[in-house]
Order: sequence, then structure tokens, then C-alpha cells
Amino acid sequence: MPNNVDTPTEEALVPVHVDHLLLDGELAAENAWCVSYDAVNLPEQRPAFVPLTLWQANKQDEELAPLLLSDTELNAELAAELNPLPAVAIDFPSFTDGRGYSIARLLRERFEYAGEVRAVGDVLVDQLDYMRRCGFNAMALRDDQHPEDALRLLNSFSVRYQTDVEERQALFERRLATSE
Amino acid sequence: MYRYDIHDQTLVDERVAQFRDQMDRYLAGRLGEEEFRPLRLQNGLYIQRHAPMLRIAIPYGMLASYQLRSLADITRRYDRGYGHFTTRQNLQLNWPAQEDVPDILAELAKVQMHAIQTSGNCIRNTTSDQFAGIANDEVEDPRPWCELIRQWSTLHPEFAYLPRKFKIAVTGAAKDRAAIQVHDIGLRLWRNEEGELRIKVLAGGGLGRTPMIAEVVREDLPWQHLLTYLEACVRVYNQFGRRDNKFKARIKILVKALGIEEYRRRVDEEWAHLKDGPQTLNQAAVDAAKRHFPEPERRPVAESAIADFERLRTENRSFARFVTNNVTDHKVPGYKAVTLSLKRREHAPGDVTADQMDAVADLADRYSFSELRVTHEQNLVLSDVPVDEIETLWNELEALGMANPTVGTLNDIICCPGGDYCSLANAVSIPIAQALQERFEDLDFLYDLGPLDLNISGCMNACGHHHVGHIGILGVDKKGEEFYQISIGGNSTDDVSLGKILGPSFFRQDVPEVVEKVLQVYVAERHEDEHFLDTYRRIGLKPFKERVYAK
Ligand code: HEM
Ligand code: SF4
Repeated sequence: MPNNVDTPTEEALVPVHVDHLLLDGELAAENAWCVSYDAVNLPEQRPAFVPLTLWQANKQDEELAPLLLSDTELNAELAAELNPLPAVAIDFPSFTDGRGYSIARLLRERFEYAGEVRAVGDVLVDQLDYMRRCGFNAMALRDDQHPEDALRLLNSFSVRYQTDVEERQALFERRLATSE
Repeated sequence: MYRYDIHDQTLVDERVAQFRDQMDRYLAGRLGEEEFRPLRLQNGLYIQRHAPMLRIAIPYGMLASYQLRSLADITRRYDRGYGHFTTRQNLQLNWPAQEDVPDILAELAKVQMHAIQTSGNCIRNTTSDQFAGIANDEVEDPRPWCELIRQWSTLHPEFAYLPRKFKIAVTGAAKDRAAIQVHDIGLRLWRNEEGELRIKVLAGGGLGRTPMIAEVVREDLPWQHLLTYLEACVRVYNQFGRRDNKFKARIKILVKALGIEEYRRRVDEEWAHLKDGPQTLNQAAVDAAKRHFPEPERRPVAESAIADFERLRTENRSFARFVTNNVTDHKVPGYKAVTLSLKRREHAPGDVTADQMDAVADLADRYSFSELRVTHEQNLVLSDVPVDEIETLWNELEALGMANPTVGTLNDIICCPGGDYCSLANAVSIPIAQALQERFEDLDFLYDLGPLDLNISGCMNACGHHHVGHIGILGVDKKGEEFYQISIGGNSTDDVSLGKILGPSFFRQDVPEVVEKVLQVYVAERHEDEHFLDTYRRIGLKPFKERVYAK
């Protein structure tokens, strides 16, 4: 299938840890979690987000949480598995890969997932506003990103036309309400 | 015309501030080239051959005179005093300085304009019929619907990083003037027997290197569901469209790979969850959008004035030519739409100088309720001219060099910027257009040929839509040399078709000769009053091929 991730290189299998985490609109004091892309072996570092199948095979391990790759097809069955969890990570293999936005919205809006939804991978400050609107409440910034930029850019707009995870009324409805 | 309220204005103002911040970080080296790229593209800023290029949105082609004046002013202050109207109802500036772009966007925001999503892998400017709201074959004015789509697609949080660009076109008339069958999504507004408005949804059309005609996803979507249904269509594309190869990333490839039934099944499955959700439209919301497009306060035109106009047509041959080609019937008796030709040999097709923009803005004020439209044939339209003012308008247009009575003829060439401006080009295209315009100048000859679309693209990205030209010319590169491939039989309206390639490509200097031979075959073979396209469809490619490649 064209959308599968490429065969991982050795480098890709080393767990990733980034310093700067935005959590619920603020800079978190620290980020305990690493992200491991190795679908076969469990990482030594804990706690860790690990690929979905590996997590499914090790559900009893409370220091693990699932990492959804961007080609994940989120269905009701999977959502039921995720729903009790405190945190789920969604991967951005490249910042130009927009599939994670749809996954996050589905998780929040359709399946009413209430735990933490964390963006990991190629997470850039200029993406944060859209991520927030799609339901991410945690963003692990790529290492070269400036946390002060992140805080400034997290809420770049005070107006939105569409509904999203935060706003349940489209602007056309809100306009009607004020004009009455 | 849509007028911004405080929400729209705040949004574009905040967008300018956001882009200024991004540009500052880029210039300070804090934002990398690669990271900056999609951000600038989604603000219309391309980096191309000679200089940056800025593409400004003209939503569904509607422009007010005060906006055109501001555009003229911008091209003088920040560019070289001219702009280029494109086949997607946008305006391009070819020479702005990159660091000036935030200021240009701020100027645009002052006149309720922007460059949001005019490029990049997102939902682009929605295009429509240039005769929307005035056409006598119209079932429903598409503009309020386009505006609702514009708002829904602007800064949509989920769809800013699609696999590829995404273009939507809408028509509400019997005759499709918006080329909906060659768009990623095409929408046709129609009424069922009960008189209820329905929307036919097409998906997977497009030009570019793999031209395809769209297929029907849904025949009869009730209008209330327009936005939720579009959201389902785009979400399926966002999730399943290919991302491994940019040449296979458009929705047309997905629709082809899945088959239209499977694409439809996935859309319907997605839509089942979105249907009747908060983005479902209601009558009050649609009425609010419609109030932005009121009928202008047209004065009554006397029967005698209409009769005078018809008499003038029979008396004055040049006026008659102008009216036949450049004037279009209107739903209101006594009114006409007048097309201003932007095709002159001295200029690239679609180019307009700042002085011409100012002059056209004045004409719009005096003749057509201060509004005008941009067409995908790269011309301008004054949509509401009373017939008793057409003669004076015509005289003014003559003086401006915009009365070329050749709209819709072979001379009305659609052409991309090509190798003179565009870094992706294989070959130049503007000089080809000029050579053809020079060769086929004789008006009687042009009229005798009847309606003929000739389209030129400088490479297979197909910005000049050569696949759907009755005659299409494509620049190709062979071992570093410029050659031209010629196809015939394309068409962009209801009975859409893609042109067939004649055969091996030609040297640049031979192109006019080849086109002439193609025309000779047509003239020799046509039945009385038969149009080029119909003759081609009747006799096929072979006679053209034999004539062109005859030794
Ligand atoms: C000046 C520099 C320009 C550059 C660098 C440029 C670049 C591109 C590229 C890369 C594509 C390919 C899209 C694909 O893969 O499908 C494209 C398509 C297109 N461009 Fe341009 N373009 C330029 C100017 C223009 C102009 C002036 C027009 C209008 C006259 C135009 C109209 C279009 C259209 C309509 C398409 C889409 C064809 C389709 O439906 O797939 N472009 N352009
Ligand atoms: S068709 Fe090719 S040459 Fe022409 S503008 Fe598009 S990308 Fe450039």
C-alpha cells in the first residue's frame, strides 16, 4: 500500500525524546515520555509511546501508551480500546502529512475520547493552532522549535468559520444568533 | 458582492499578522526554507524563475471597482505596474519583493481581499461561472454557495496539509461555464421536479500530467448537507490520498484507484456521522449569504432603446462584430454582459496594466454598478450594462485597447506564463500565443471559423488547460530543446472531452503553420455551420493527422 511508512532505518528505531512539551496551553515543566517507533522491541526508556500493535501486545504495562502512526484507520473497535487510556500519541512523520489532524478529530468528536491527545514527530510551532482546534491538547515540539514562539502562536486566530473540537457552532449559526 | 463583517475582517487581519511573524522568523533564519515553504504558499507566495510571484484570490471571480483600484495601486508601488489574470480567477503579481509581501497582504486586507490558500496543498479559491446571477440559463445563483464554501474552506484546521492541492468549482446554470468536470470537486446546482434545490457532486477530475474527467459521487444532495458532505469528501481524501508520490497525490488518482463506487462508499460512511451535524445549513444561513448578492437597482430600459440597439447592430459593422462576440445576453431584458478582452498581441494573455485597471474600475462605476468579474478565459466582464449605453462603452473600450471583438474565437487564446516567467516550464508559451494572434488576425477569417478554444501550456502541469482546448498546444522538452505537441478535440463545457495528440511534436517556428493546416482541414470538411469541435468529432483525428504530417 502506498501509504505505509518506509522500512525503518536503524536510526529510526532509537526512541525519541524531546524537551519541550506544550500541555493544555502551557509549557510543561518536563516531558517524561519518549516515543519509540520500533514495532518489534520494547524500548528500555520508560514511560514510552510505542506503536499500536506493540502496545496491544503489552497492555498490562502501565508505562506504555499507544502511538498511532499517520496511516492508522481509526474505527469504533480501536476507539473502544483506546477510550479508557490516559494518553494517546499521534505521529506526524513529516509536518506536511496532514492525516494526524483527521485522526485527532475523529478520536475527540466521533469517539469522545477524553484523555490526552499528544502530537509527536515533526511538530512545528506554525502547526499548533490547527492542532489545538483538531483536539490535540499536548504537543511535543520538534527539538529545534522555540518554546516562546509556541506559546505565542498557539492561539493565532480569534475567529473561525468552521466547527471544530472546541467550537461546536459554525460561524454562520453564531452570526444568526447575534443578528436576531 | 460579499462584504466583510467584523469576523471576516478580523480573520484576514490576524492572518496578515501571522504571516508577518512567519516572514520575520524566516528572514531572521529562525524558520527554515522547507518549513517556510507551505506557509508562504498558503499565502499565495511562490518563488519562481525571475522573482517571487504573489497570487491574490478573487473569490469566484467577483471584484469591486474599489478593490481593482487598490490592486492597481499595489502593482505600482510593489511591482512593475501590471498584473496577470489567471485561468482560476486569481490575479498574479510577477515581481513583488518577498519581504514586501506582508505589507501587500495588509493593503489587500484593507479592501477585503487576501491571498489565503491560493497555493499549497489545501482547498483553493473556489471558482464559478463568470455570468453567475445574470445568466438567462441559470437555475440558482452559485455565488452565495461559493461564499459559504469559501468560508468553510478558509483556515479549515483539518485540511491545511492535504496530499495535494484541492480545487472546487460550482455552476448553477444549464450550460457549464466553470469546467466543473475537470476539478477535484465539481458542484452543479439544479432543481428537481418539486422545485427543490439539489446538488450534483462530482469528484476526481483534473488536468495536469494525468488529465481525467470527474465522476459522479452523488446526483441529488439536498442543499442543507453541502458542507458536511464536502467535509466527508475531503476527509476521505486526506486519509487515503497518496502521499508517497506528488504526481499521484491528487484526488483523481485516489478515485481512479478505489473506483468511484468504493470512494462513494467511504464518503457515505464518513458522512453518516457528519450528516445533520452542526455544519448543516439552514434557510436562515443561506438567506443571509444571499443578501450579499442582491439584484442591483437596474433602471428600466425602454423598448425603443432596445430597438435602437438592434438597429445599430445592423447599421454598424464593427459594432455588430463587437456585440456578436463580446456581448452576452442577460436575464433582464434591456441589459447585457460585456466582456473586456485582455488579449492583445502586445501583451501576454490576461495581462493588465495599472492604468488599465484604474480605467476599468471607472468603467465599472459608470456602466455596471461598480462591480466586475474575472473569467477563466482570462478576460474581464461588466455584468450589468443597459443596452443604450453599450455603444459609448464600446467606444471607451476601443480607446483602452480592450474592445478586441474576438472573445470566444481562435484569437482569444488561453495561455499560461510559460518559460518567460515560470521555473517549471519546458518551453515558452506567450510568444506562441503572440505568433498565432499575428497569423490569425483577419476578423472575417476568425468569425468564419466560429467558436474555437485554443489553449497553450508551457509544461504538462497544464496551467493553460491545453487538454480541454479544441486545439491544445503543450511545450515539451527534448534534449534541452523546446518543442510543441499539438492536440485537438478537447472541450471544457458540458460534453467535456480531452484532446488527442496529433503526433510527433513540432519546432516553435512551425506551430502557426501546423495550426493553419488543422484549420484548413476543418474548413474543407465542415458541413454548413458546423463548429470545429463537431467536425472533429464527426471525422476523427485521421484527416488532420494526414494533412499535418503529409510529406
Ligand atoms: C508563474 C508561475 C507558475 C507556477 C510556478 C505554477 C505552478 C504550477 C504547478 C506546479 C502546477 C501543477 C499542479 C499539478 O501537479 O497538478 C500548476 C497547475 C496549475 N496552474 Fe500554475 N503555475 C504558475 C502560473 C500559473 C498561471 C499564470 C495560471 C493561470 C493562467 C496557472 C494556473 C494553473 C492551473 C489552472 C493549474 C491546474 C491544472 C489542473 O487543474 O490540474 N498557473 N501550476
Ligand atoms: S503549465 Fe507549466 S509552464 Fe505553464 S505556468 Fe504551469 S507550470 Fe509553468
